Amino acid sequence: MTKVQNNRAWFFVLPVFALVAFNALIPLMTVVNYSIQETFGNNEFFWAGSRWFEDILRSERFHAALLRQIVFTGIVLLIQVPLGLGIALCMPKKGPWVSVCLVLMSLPLLIPWNVVGSMWNIMALPDIGLLGKAINSLGINYNYTRQPFSAWFTLILMDVWHWTSLVVLLCYAGLVSIPDAYYQAAKIDGARPWAVFRYIQLPKLKHVLTIAILLRFMDSFMIYTEVVVLTGGGPGNATTFLSIDLVKYALGQFDLGHAAAMSIIYFLIILFLSWLFYTLMMKNENT
Amino acid sequence: MAKITIDNLRHAYISEPSRDEHYALKRVHLDWADGGAYALLGPSGCGKTTLLNLISGLLKPSEGRILFDDIDVTNDTPEKRNIAQVFQFPVIYDTMTVHDNLAFPLRNRGVDEVVIKKRVAEIADMLELTSTLHTRASGLTADGKQKISLGRGLVRDDVNVIMFDEPLTVIDPHLKWQLRSKLKELQQRIKRTMIYVTHDQTEALTFADQVVVMNNGEVVQTGTPIELFEKPMHTFVGHFIGSPGMNLLPCVVKGGQAFVGDTKIKADNVAMAPKSGKLELGVRPEFVTLAKSGSRTSLEASVVRVSDVGRYRVVETRVAETAVKFIVGENEAVPEGKVKLAFDPSHTQVYADGWLAGSRA
Repeated sequence: MTKVQNNRAWFFVLPVFALVAFNALIPLMTVVNYSIQETFGNNEFFWAGSRWFEDILRSERFHAALLRQIVFTGIVLLIQVPLGLGIALCMPKKGPWVSVCLVLMSLPLLIPWNVVGSMWNIMALPDIGLLGKAINSLGINYNYTRQPFSAWFTLILMDVWHWTSLVVLLCYAGLVSIPDAYYQAAKIDGARPWAVFRYIQLPKLKHVLTIAILLRFMDSFMIYTEVVVLTGGGPGNATTFLSIDLVKYALGQFDLGHAAAMSIIYFLIILFLSWLFYTLMMKNENT
Repeated sequence: MAKITIDNLRHAYISEPSRDEHYALKRVHLDWADGGAYALLGPSGCGKTTLLNLISGLLKPSEGRILFDDIDVTNDTPEKRNIAQVFQFPVIYDTMTVHDNLAFPLRNRGVDEVVIKKRVAEIADMLELTSTLHTRASGLTADGKQKISLGRGLVRDDVNVIMFDEPLTVIDPHLKWQLRSKLKELQQRIKRTMIYVTHDQTEALTFADQVVVMNNGEVVQTGTPIELFEKPMHTFVGHFIGSPGMNLLPCVVKGGQAFVGDTKIKADNVAMAPKSGKLELGVRPEFVTLAKSGSRTSLEASVVRVSDVGRYRVVETRVAETAVKFIVGENEAVPEGKVKLAFDPSHTQVYADGWLAGSRA
């Protein structure tokens, strides 16, 4: 067979280029545009170089928001991944209860984010909310609008309620796809339940867990809507995460240069951490 | 190592079986000697895997008993039965090395590490896995992985029986042959009871001393490969084993003689043919020859097709409406048009309602 050389085939790539350009490159370039220039309106721009980036990277306000964000995402992942995996392991593999469980698990995922925020906002009110009142009646002083700890507690509880299901569903899908023969072989080999989990289920779940952790990492690192509705970033700045701080720069202070620079830094952090995590997880794949 | 007795075993996958069709395994009795090589042969869905899983303890039978060395194990777990099973698709522990895979069943049983090391080395040597012993098991090819599955069974020297559930399904053809001979060789060397489930007659006949042919949840015949070939108890066995399968011709029995049309045919068991029922004459293509002219017990036939299958050719003819095949060697002339066929009387049998006449009292 002779190989046909035809460079016109490159034209087939054009639609993809156009698509990527319109949904990623052009919007991103606008942000880049603002991040290296200064403007006072009237469509007049002045060169600012890396000034905005330096300001952001040096500002304590950014450091604090970033730290809060990392702590929040860390806690959320540490709770949701083991919990989701545990629930998936407990769910029935066949029978009529499968659909019941799956529907119950999917429910939190089907609720719009701002509704989730509102629900928890009302439920956790210390004077009239079911949750808030219950906690206070136990003798614990709980008020998420005044105490940072209460606010964090409520936010984490809300996020766990909202998103653990995603981990459960992914893990469950992974679990049911393990062929029966593995469990049968383990039985014959005399493996205890822990060994079955450690040597069969966990290795087989590696890929779905990678996806689950990646998705939860990215989503929780970008959390905005629920937090704004629930605490608005308060009390004080206690729950001002990166996205909330960004909106304060951009819309609160109309500080477009800093906002644009921060957007790019924010984006690069997520990109870098996702890449790092994925590379580490897949490192041993082909050895 | 153990002798295996299967006593009145029945199994249904539904909870309250009432009719015969509900049973995936209708009623099976088998006696297997210690150290033998057995094969369960039958088409897909005939119940052979069900029977295997019942023996290994992965399934609990609806009725009947399973005995290892005359001890009832019907209610024991697979672990307690101390058996090994190799599945259709290679089952290995991905994250472990080949060594750890082989050591796994021993470690679960709390065997001393020094003993494990020695034993694993021995088995790896037997299976030619020594060079890959410390690589990850997931990197091996399908046949290597299947060897690990087998090795996990062999590594326990007290294992009662090793079972194979169509173990060569995912193996490349040229390696299939190698692994098959390896299995046979191992069986002869270590003399463990082995049960091999397959739908491939070549695999069954080359591996086993005794082949159990199953169909529709029943055992149709148990016998050595030669018995199955020369004296099929049922037309199903005649068809299923052999390539091409046995020829079957509708016949009548009058005055102690079998007739196809008006031609008298000598048959081995004609005296035992019952008075009623559907009667057929069965003869393998290997025992059909062209008749010498003037023979009175020859059948008129017309050649319809000749297929060359390598070292011999299969000639398909028609006797009235029935197809009759026979075999012609490489260097023999292939007949055309009208021919006369003769059947070897000692290998021609009468079947009544599918069963060999006289085989069922």
